[in-house]
Amino acid sequence: MSLTRHDVENIARLARLALTPADMASLSDSLPRILTFVEQLGAAQTAAVEPMAHPLEGQSQRLRSDTVTETDAHERYQQNAARVEAGLYLVPKVIE
Amino acid sequence: MHTLTLAELSNGIKSRRFSSVDVTRHFLDRIERLNPALNAFITVTADQALAQAAAADQAIAAGKGGPLTGVPIAHKDIFCTDGVLTTCASKMLSNFVSPYDATVVRKLKEAGVVMLGKTNMDEFAMGSSNETSWYGPVKNPWDLTRVPGGSSGGSAAAVAARIAPAATGTDTGGSIRQPAALTALTGVKPTYGRVSRYGMIAYASSLDQGGVLTLNAEDAALLLTAMSGFDERDSTSVDLPVPDYTATLNQPLKGLKVGILKEFFGQGLEASTESLVREALKVYEQLGATLVEVSLPNLPLSVPTYYVVAPAECSSNLSRFDGVRFGYSCDSPKDLLDLYTRSRGEGFGAEVKRRIMTGTYVLSAGYYDAYYIKAQKVRQLISDDFRRAFAQVDLLAGPTAPTTAFGLGAKVDDPITMYLNDIYTIGANLAGLPALSLPCGFSDGLPVGLQLIGPHFAEAKLLNAAHQYQQQTEWHKRVPAGYES
Amino acid sequence: MEWETVIGLEIHAQLATKSKIFSGSATAYGAEPNTQANLVDLGYPGVLPVLNREVVRMAAKFGLAVGATVAKRSVFARKNYFYPDLPKGYQISQYELPIVQAGKLEIVLDDGARKTVGITRAHLEEDAGKSLHEDFQGFSGIDLNRAGTPLLEIVSEPDMRSAKEAVAYMKRIHTLVRYLEICDGNMQEGSFRCDANVSVRPKGQEKYGTRCELKNLNSFRFIEKAINHEVARQIDVIEGGGTIRQETRLYDPDKDETRPLRSKEEANDYRYFPDPDLLPVVIEQSFIDDVRATLPELPDQKAARFVEQHGLSPYDAGTLSASREVGDYYEAVVAALGEPHAKLAANWVMGDLSAALNKDGLEITDSRIGAAGLAALLNRIVDETISGKIAKEVFEAMWGEGQSADAIIDARGLKQITDSGAIEKVIDEVIAANPKQLGDYRSGKDKLFGFFVGQVMKVSGGKANPAQVNDLLKAKLQG
Repeated sequence: MSLTRHDVENIARLARLALTPADMASLSDSLPRILTFVEQLGAAQTAAVEPMAHPLEGQSQRLRSDTVTETDAHERYQQNAARVEAGLYLVPKVIE
Repeated sequence: MHTLTLAELSNGIKSRRFSSVDVTRHFLDRIERLNPALNAFITVTADQALAQAAAADQAIAAGKGGPLTGVPIAHKDIFCTDGVLTTCASKMLSNFVSPYDATVVRKLKEAGVVMLGKTNMDEFAMGSSNETSWYGPVKNPWDLTRVPGGSSGGSAAAVAARIAPAATGTDTGGSIRQPAALTALTGVKPTYGRVSRYGMIAYASSLDQGGVLTLNAEDAALLLTAMSGFDERDSTSVDLPVPDYTATLNQPLKGLKVGILKEFFGQGLEASTESLVREALKVYEQLGATLVEVSLPNLPLSVPTYYVVAPAECSSNLSRFDGVRFGYSCDSPKDLLDLYTRSRGEGFGAEVKRRIMTGTYVLSAGYYDAYYIKAQKVRQLISDDFRRAFAQVDLLAGPTAPTTAFGLGAKVDDPITMYLNDIYTIGANLAGLPALSLPCGFSDGLPVGLQLIGPHFAEAKLLNAAHQYQQQTEWHKRVPAGYES
Repeated sequence: MEWETVIGLEIHAQLATKSKIFSGSATAYGAEPNTQANLVDLGYPGVLPVLNREVVRMAAKFGLAVGATVAKRSVFARKNYFYPDLPKGYQISQYELPIVQAGKLEIVLDDGARKTVGITRAHLEEDAGKSLHEDFQGFSGIDLNRAGTPLLEIVSEPDMRSAKEAVAYMKRIHTLVRYLEICDGNMQEGSFRCDANVSVRPKGQEKYGTRCELKNLNSFRFIEKAINHEVARQIDVIEGGGTIRQETRLYDPDKDETRPLRSKEEANDYRYFPDPDLLPVVIEQSFIDDVRATLPELPDQKAARFVEQHGLSPYDAGTLSASREVGDYYEAVVAALGEPHAKLAANWVMGDLSAALNKDGLEITDSRIGAAGLAALLNRIVDETISGKIAKEVFEAMWGEGQSADAIIDARGLKQITDSGAIEKVIDEVIAANPKQLGDYRSGKDKLFGFFVGQVMKVSGGKANPAQVNDLLKAKLQG
């Protein structure tokens, strides 16, 4: 498995990660090696096997009753936010 | 006092030989004195601990205490703690004060347990050596030049050094068992769904499970009885009654069928570790168990399977850290993309970025089937292997880790070598099985762990088997040099 | 060249639950920013989703109402992308295994023609928050109250061939979700929203053209205009030698144009995978049976009943059942008036009432004359207190003054004259005043009968009982 610099940059863009030159060098080296390592899975015979998404098979989703259990605590929650005004979280202007 | 087990401390507090405040103060003093060299704690909550201890003493005086009232423990810093810094050992959460308690934290609080503080760990639980922490590596009390294992390395070092009587941990691919093995502790990863994940900051949701690191199986049984159980806030928690795990510790092991995992004794296993594990198995024979060799042919694919599934889930789980609502936010972002990429790029460490990148790749268009679906299919094969094995035997046994604790820095440059540390532990996570590690000897002064794996919800049997072994052996009682007094 | 338009709609209906799809936060509209955004909605570290039962029930209800398969096993997946209104960096949605699969719905077009539109699927997902773009020194404000509100996304087949068909389909779904009481249908508040996939192809060609997705079609009027505009744009581009690029376009109702959205961004790669925090949703047959038992009478069933039980024409029955509120109003009038007079009730609801509502821009639930009030008026026609013509006058007065029919009839002295002596007196006056016409009538000009009726009614101020006028006038004219 080989990845070009462009491939690595594309993945970083999807993952919204700014990479330093050091990150870039390290990832360009290790990502292809990790992918090559996991590609040994290709040898396993899985033609008739269902993918396992969850360790507890046969379990199903529990449903909660439709009741309001939460109360307003936005002032407390917003203490963890970097930029807040008038009860709103602020982000650099969203342009559509 | 610090060499006492949780059970002994509890008895001492209950019989008023010493108070919870005495015990708590004693451990806080030890933390203050010994932690700087170990770096096992990120946050010490001394004032809160003493207040909780005083409340526990009052409860006991009023005749209201339970089996854990007043005993202090430490929480891995992956568990959210109301009003207390909760960092996941990441710069990303270095300013994050949780506004709520994880269910595990809440349950133990309700049981009267005192929290000493929050332990160091690999960043977001991604690592096997505790070297990816933004707060610096944790040292192994058995040899300060070596790693304590990871990701629950701070919990392991704290308990091994007797600066905390017990600690919580989490285990996604071996993060409780491997550090337990490397520090001579008993470490239990329960069945997936047995302990609530609510408030446990997610790394890989289908693999993560909370558990404990303790001095022996009895202490683990005490804590797990209080921690486990259905939680309506966690859809993946299982609604089954929790037995009192301490009640079955003394059952005889006569007739127990133990499967020796053939695939765990191959290439890569250190000879001295192998011989200690095989000797431990002889003890089980003496206890009346029968040993049979069992083969799980797909088990060698555990590590590659894990390194698709876990990064995939983590890449999505960690998307919420975007610099907007909580956590690290970069200075003066010039636009939205800049806010996202710099907050994340600056807030996450190298290993976390590597796993996010791997996970993003394996889920992306054109690669999903070849990597992610393929891995989920192999995961099924591995799970089927275990199911077949448990049709023949009660428990499976083998080493916990291929080697004893390695030197700090020895494997940081080679992720794949690092990933292979978890070669024996990952299978249980993929299949959701309960597993534990217990000390079974020392090689060149470094601890070796024996791993036992059980079928779903066989925690009681695992703890019983570990406890019986610990009635015959003294390995778990050894204290690292320099930490006896 | 003749072009054919191909349209498929994705309708987002907010489900009318009390709490959110995965958390116990309230869903009320219009709360102060972020006061209904709690730990789960904010995507706080460590929190987990738990599914609301009511959401599953509502989706199943919809599925049964459109004859779809309600999946015994459906799966929630994560749709991964970064956006400020999406706190977790992924939206929990259903991808490969949605809860509602393969249904259909019949729509009625303006000319009365009927057409069946396929419903590919309907899946559950969580709504996003809102970005508020008023300027905070170059920043946008994020309100996450709406984040986690349950949505049912209803995806149609590309079965519609004109903007009018698309509107008819959207109205039909709108009616249905309100009938089912699973969505309040409030388009202003965004409870019912629509995206349209629009393409054109040369008539007769089988292969679909490249489609554009139109976002933000939040009124029936906009959707028709936006689609027509987009179709014209696409034809222009193709006929000008260009090709259509697959893209998302935003309709701007102020400028009546569509423009490309997020054009600068690379194609999205959503990296869907099953959400490991949620287990497969397994629905037992007994659950489906229970839901089926709670299904209300659906529009088509109601229309059939109006034809059979009330003797209405299929057209009238269809009109009166198209909205649950109109049907309820009509039925309330019939209940007060008696079924033999259903046709009278139908005519008034569809006629004068509907006109008055339209004129004032009111919904029937806000009508100035309630069902009981209208029934009281119509009762005065039935018991011959007033004529149908006078009733129109009374109706107008009721609408304007808000008084009861009887009060207006009394106050204005509109009570019909049924005393034959009084009517004869009027007839005598009229005959006396028109000797020429009398002569002509008697010499065979039968048509003048109408003239005499008109004169009698005019002199009586419209109050004379028309049937009695007829009988008495006939006798008198013959001499």
